[in-house]
Amino acid sequence: MNLGPHAAFIWWAYGVALAVVLGLIAWIALDYRVLRRQVGELEGERITRRSVQAPRQST
Amino acid sequence: MALIDLANPTRFLALAERLLPWLAGVTLLAFAVGLHLTYGAPDDYQQGATVKIMFIHVPSAWLGMFGWALMSVAALGTLVWRHPLADVAGKATAPIGASFTFICLVTGSLWGRPMWGTYWVWDARLTSVLVLFLMYLGVIALWRTVEDPSRAARAAAILTLVGAINLPIIKFSVDWWNTLHQPASVVRLGGPAVHASLLVPLLAMAVAFTLLFFTLHLAAMRNDILRRRVRTLMLLKAQIAPGSSA
Repeated sequence: MNLGPHAAFIWWAYGVALAVVLGLIAWIALDYRVLRRQVGELEGERITRRSVQAPRQST
Repeated sequence: MALIDLANPTRFLALAERLLPWLAGVTLLAFAVGLHLTYGAPDDYQQGATVKIMFIHVPSAWLGMFGWALMSVAALGTLVWRHPLADVAGKATAPIGASFTFICLVTGSLWGRPMWGTYWVWDARLTSVLVLFLMYLGVIALWRTVEDPSRAARAAAILTLVGAINLPIIKFSVDWWNTLHQPASVVRLGGPAVHASLLVPLLAMAVAFTLLFFTLHLAAMRNDILRRRVRTLMLLKAQIAPGSSA
């Protein structure tokens, strides 16, 4: 492919766009893995809204 | 499933899990088609091969502006209906919109050097897009600074709606002021001024970039719903920990 005298500018433009998009995808994917693990750990401890309700006193 | 059901974060999460692989696949396919057309596109009679930068610069510019428009709609959802999913949608958009605006600025600069003889000029179009990028960074910083998500959402929503005034300024800057940047050549009265041999690859890449935007946005929204779930569970855990007053 002959990109003429300004080929470097074209390659840099596509390179930067690719790097930013790949960075964004990697960040979102890694964030998901970390969050999924945290949710799994916390749900494994069986923490629910009911578990923090104060016990009712019987009269 | 009624549309209103999607406003439930748990149902939205389930739908996002099902949709994401399909959206990612369609996005990849769209990029394959778009890049194939880009590769085969002819050189411009004045700009030569540098016109290929247009195929990533223009869609990025559109999506940078679209991101802020989307955040503005979400901001209304936050301020008027106080719906947490609107907060999530606004927050998830900011880094994606900022990334596309950054791509627009860098590719525009790399296109400008061989065509205008300079990487940057402080004219209305370039400066207003730089302001858009800085506003994105401001919204991201605001979300990270305020700890309570609902308070952060309201503050970010106000900033977003105030910042929306920049969108018509960006769009019409090339008409209102003298600028090095060319006037609108695709979305304009009288139809596109770009030849079909360049317009078709441009629109194909615009479709691919838009699909990428929605895929990333859905994934980022899913992440933020999970982040809120983690926060809630951590708060509950702190309440039931030995020595807590709960």
